Formats: sequence, structure tokens, C-alpha cells
Amino acid sequence: MRAREWAFPIAPVRREVRRATPEVDEGRPPVLFVPGFGHGAWVFAEHWLEHTADRGFPAYAVSLRGHGDSAKAPKATLRAYAHDVAQVAASLPRRAVIVGHGAGALVTAHALARYPARAAVLLSPVFGGTGTALRNPMLSLPALFGGGLRLPAGQLFSRELPSNAARGYAARLGRASTRAQWQLLRGRTPQPPVGDPPVLVVGSPDDRIVSDTALRRVARGYGGAPLLFPGMGHDLMLDTRWREPIDAILDWLEKSA
Amino acid sequence: MTYSAGYGDPESGGPATAWRDGWPVYDRSGTVCVIGAGPSGLTAMKNLKEHGFGVDCYERDTSVGGAWNWRHDRSPVYASTHLISSKPFSQFPDFPMPDSWPDYPKHTQVLEYLEHYADHFDLKPHIWFGTEVVKVEPAEGERWDVTTRSTGGYGGERIHRYAAVVIANGHNWSPKRPEYEGLEDFKGEVIHAAQFKDAAQLRNKKVLVIGAGNTGCDIAVEAAQQAARCWHSTRRGYWYTPKYTLGRPADQVNDLMLWLKLPLRARQFLAHRTLKSTVGDLTRFGLPQPDHKIYETHTIVNSQLVYYLGHGAVSPVPDVARFHRNSVELKGGEVIEPDLVVLATGYHPSFEFIDGSLLGVDASGRPRLAMHAFPKRQPTLAVAGLLQPDSGLFPLVHWQMVAFARMLRVREAAPAKAVAVQRKLEAELDRRWTTAKVKDSTRHWFEISHTTYLKAIQRLLDELGLEGAK
Repeated sequence: MRAREWAFPIAPVRREVRRATPEVDEGRPPVLFVPGFGHGAWVFAEHWLEHTADRGFPAYAVSLRGHGDSAKAPKATLRAYAHDVAQVAASLPRRAVIVGHGAGALVTAHALARYPARAAVLLSPVFGGTGTALRNPMLSLPALFGGGLRLPAGQLFSRELPSNAARGYAARLGRASTRAQWQLLRGRTPQPPVGDPPVLVVGSPDDRIVSDTALRRVARGYGGAPLLFPGMGHDLMLDTRWREPIDAILDWLEKSA
Repeated sequence: MTYSAGYGDPESGGPATAWRDGWPVYDRSGTVCVIGAGPSGLTAMKNLKEHGFGVDCYERDTSVGGAWNWRHDRSPVYASTHLISSKPFSQFPDFPMPDSWPDYPKHTQVLEYLEHYADHFDLKPHIWFGTEVVKVEPAEGERWDVTTRSTGGYGGERIHRYAAVVIANGHNWSPKRPEYEGLEDFKGEVIHAAQFKDAAQLRNKKVLVIGAGNTGCDIAVEAAQQAARCWHSTRRGYWYTPKYTLGRPADQVNDLMLWLKLPLRARQFLAHRTLKSTVGDLTRFGLPQPDHKIYETHTIVNSQLVYYLGHGAVSPVPDVARFHRNSVELKGGEVIEPDLVVLATGYHPSFEFIDGSLLGVDASGRPRLAMHAFPKRQPTLAVAGLLQPDSGLFPLVHWQMVAFARMLRVREAAPAKAVAVQRKLEAELDRRWTTAKVKDSTRHWFEISHTTYLKAIQRLLDELGLEGAK
């Protein structure tokens, strides 16, 4: 029963969707990238979008409402973010693979209960809850009082990334709505995915935001073990060695989706 | 692609493993047959595929969409058809309609949605277009022999054996024509709503629309704008709800009350108050007083009828008594002279390809099915979308088909459990899925309340061990 969703449907908004499509359509499933809180579609447009298209997969990245060039949404909820993902996924020509990063992985997990993805990848997933907050008190403290999650460059990238590039990326970050941040702290478990898609969890043991245990817990929840890239930061897609995880993900997709 | 080369063609290697009446039967092993590629057929295919079944779908037309494809012979859709349930109730629960669409999409958008659904889930390669099902007969091991032939009539008939069959041939295409004294001698034009396609058919004519259903009201509204005169004949009084109340789509307001878990009486009280203050008392226009409370039958959703009644462009009249050569006599004695009579009197369910007893069809033509979907003692047969809900149909068919696919899987994995579930379903064969106190007319055969029905499907899915139907 979805009486709440029927009674209060999510208000439509303008959404930014960036895309890179392969020159020849080889019939591969489209890949939809979902950035985390504070991040916009641009974080994937930087390297991964083109690379994914070069490997023959039509690639798309959405900015959740209130992020990137999507319309402002100061009162957005996690449900609204999941709605944005399901909307874009359903608009693609074929059944999509969804790749969610950070808190975007939690949004993806909620969207998977509303859209039968072909497969899903959860990158450095932040599934919220007090555990995540306690691990990063300096990041989450302002959020407790209605401020934005603090996402300094040092927490997001490895030392290999030149510091001016890292600072440049960090300066472009925005913030999620206060309500969504609260809901992240509450850490409601998503409903099981529909259509039983294969789910891969990818992360780094050196991620300063998501602990190794949290990574393994999420992966276990989906019946697997995480694929790890040591030495990389939380934002795998912007780090110096960005090519390794995306290649591994696309290899996995070729085999399982 | 799940089917092997050589569809029913002995020369290209299709293995005939049995014979029926002198015809070869080609075994499709665990594949499920879906009859019809309308919304119900498409969601049946998608959910069966998702549960790992091979699917063959036979569609008599050359494209998907069924009733919503107005190019199809049997489509009841007319140029101005719009949905009467708002988007959240009209879309498949796992495939949202685009945000950019209006609250109540037009029929062309619904067709676009269904075509996109078919492409998105790669369903078209499983559909045999231009092929109609002639016969569905039980075979050994609770399997089914399905005889098909091309709609054009060329080529022979072919028989395939399937593990299960989903009948999704729609129930809004076989017109129900009431019998009136003198109708044959009437010189004016008489059409069924099924033949109504465009408002131009009404232009400058004196039109009598018979029937108070949503279609009848829609056509009366069209006639109000196009025809020289419009009479609208209704037998009973119904509740007319506007498409918007309190600034929102009316069905969303209703579900807001359901979400608040207000009891039926409280909802009825609030709805009566709201209608009284917005629509007012419709008997002042000459409409009959409803003989039931609101929500006891699904309401007529039409904002414009009241508007045109108030402008005198639609004249409400009682039921027809008899037809004369050039006029129509109404109960009450009034005589009117329409040029065109539109019978918006509904449709009969029709399953001409299967022995009615398999669907428990009684003398009146009504199939007796558990949850209006599952026939008695036929665990591998289902009828999809045979419902008259107080909301949109697509979400309900979606869950019906998830349940059916799950039941088929449970039959393989845990046969004893499947039998127990089937028994329980059969025990509820005559259960009603609505609180409506309605006359036993064909119009209300499949009347359901979407919340009562979905709760029942949820229970069924829980019994089958499936989560995620919340």
C-alpha cells in the first residue's frame, strides 16, 4: 500500500541530466550515475561519463533536486531524491543500471524499491545512521543544527590528487536539504529492491567518511563483499586513479548485466 | 529472446512432441503464454520475465497498447479521452509516468507510456503481432494448448503447449447493447460508445446519450459543446466528483483521508460536505438522487458535466421507455426526437477462445474468479485486469501479475505450499472487494476498492514469501 505516496505525490522539478552516448549503439544497458549529497552531475561528467560511453555504455548523470543545475529544492526529502532517480531511470530507452555514490547510494537504494534496475552499484555508500555521524563528528555536527554537511577536500580525496584540483572540486560542492540530512542521520533502511537486480558495492578502505565495516555491512546486506580500491578517497570518480574503479564496474556489468 | 527458432514451423526445427486433433503440438516447455499486448498483457510479460519465465505473447493487432491504442479495431478510446485517475494511481508502481505530464494524461500519452514500457523492458521481441488466439485448451500436467492463427486469416492454425496462460484480452471491447422496444424500427442513427471516435460525429446533431458511466458523461460533455441539442439519459443517481477538489486531484484527496486512516463513515461525511459546498445538489438540474452513499460505488469523475448542466447545454432525462420510428419515448412520457443515439452502456467481458466452464462462467456470462483473476482448480491460468476499480487499473494489474508469477515459482519450489495457497484463494471465490451496496448489474461485476484489493494482494504475496509489495 502506498497511500502516503498517492496522497502526497512528489512535486515535479526541472532536473539536470548530463549524458555521453557511444558512437555506435551496441545494445548495452544505459548507466545512470547518482551523485551524493552536495555533489552534482558534474562530478561524473569530469571523467566517468565519457569513459563509460567509450566502453560502449550510454552514460547519464542526474543532479538531484537542489544540486548542480537542477532546480532549487530547500525542502526536499530522501523520497523526493529517490523519485528524481526513478524518474530519470524510467525515461531512458532501456532498463538502466544505477550507480549511486555516497549518500546518493542510499538514494539509489530507495529508488531500487521503486524501479526494477538491471543492476546497481553502490559507491562508497553512506547509508546514514548515528554510526556514520559519530565517525565523522566534525562533518555532521553542523548538519545537526541545520547547517550543511562539511565536506573538506582532505576528507574526499587521496593525497595523490594535486591540492589545487582537490580544493577546486571541494569549492564546487553544494549541500543537500536540511530535511534530507536529518533523514540521513536517522538512517531508515530502504525497502528491498524490486526485480532482484545484482548489486555491487565499491569503496576504498582508506575512505575517511565511510568505514571499512560500514562498507562490508552494506555489501553483506546485498549478499556480497565489497570491491575495494586501497589508497583512494571517498570521491572515487574524481580522484587521480579514477579509471580503476570505473573499469572494474564496467567489467562487472559486462559479466552480470 | 526466449523462444527457439521455428515458431510452430515443423520445417525449421520446431519440435512437435504431441498431437491434438491431427495437428502437431509444439512444446514451449516452461514458457508462459500471454494473450493480448495491452497494459495488462505488457505488465504480465514484464513481471513473468522478471521472475525468470520465458514469455510468448499473442496480439491480434500490429502494435501494443490494446484499448489505449485508438488505431486498434477494438479500442473504445475517442479523440478527447483523458485518464480519470490522476498519475500516481494510473502508473505502474515501478515505472513512473514523466513528471512533465499533467495530472490526468491524455490517451495518446498513455499509449506513449505503454510503448515506452514495452521498449524499456524489451518486451516487443516476445510479442507475435497480427496473431490471434483461437483456442485455449487444457493439456496434461496442468499445462495449456494454445491454438493461434494470423489475424489476416492466411496460413494455418498452430498449436503450442505452454506451462501457464495469462488471459489479458481486455474487457472493454465487446459492446453491451440494451434491448429496447422498437429499437430496430428507429430511423435515426444509433451507435455504441465503442464506435464514437471523434466529436465531429456529434456536430450539429440532436444527440441522446444513454448511460451514466464515465464514458456516457464524457460524451454528453462533448455533445454539449458540439451538438445542436443533448439529452443525457440516466437510470440511477450517481455521485459526480470533480477532477479537482480542495486544490488537488480528487483521488489524491481521497487517499489522503485513507492515509489518515479515517473510517468510511468519516470519509463519506467529509466527501458529502465537500461536494455539497462545491458541486451542490444535482437534483436541482433534474438528475436522480443517488440511492447510495458516496464511495459505495466508484464515483463518476467529471468536472464538466455539472458545468454544462448549469448552462443548459445538457438536459438530463430519465431512462428510455421505447423507441418509435422517429422519436424516443422516455419513462415519464416525454417524447424526444434525436438524430443520433449513443449507447454508452458498457461492455461485456468476452473470452471466446476458452471454454467458459474453465473460468467458472455462470449463466449470466459472469466469470467466477478468485480475486477476479484466478479461476478455480486452474492454478496455471490467470485473467489479468478484469477489474472495475475506484482508482487506476495499472497498479492493480501489476500486483496481480507479480502474485501470479510468484505463485508459478512457488509451484515449482514448494508444491505443497502452492496447493495450500490455491485452496485458500478458492475459498474466497465469491468474496467482494468493495463495501459497495450495488445492484447486481453487469456494470458492477468487477467493482473493487483499490485499498481493499491491494491489501488482499499484499496478504497473498506475504503468504507466498514475497516482500516489497508495500
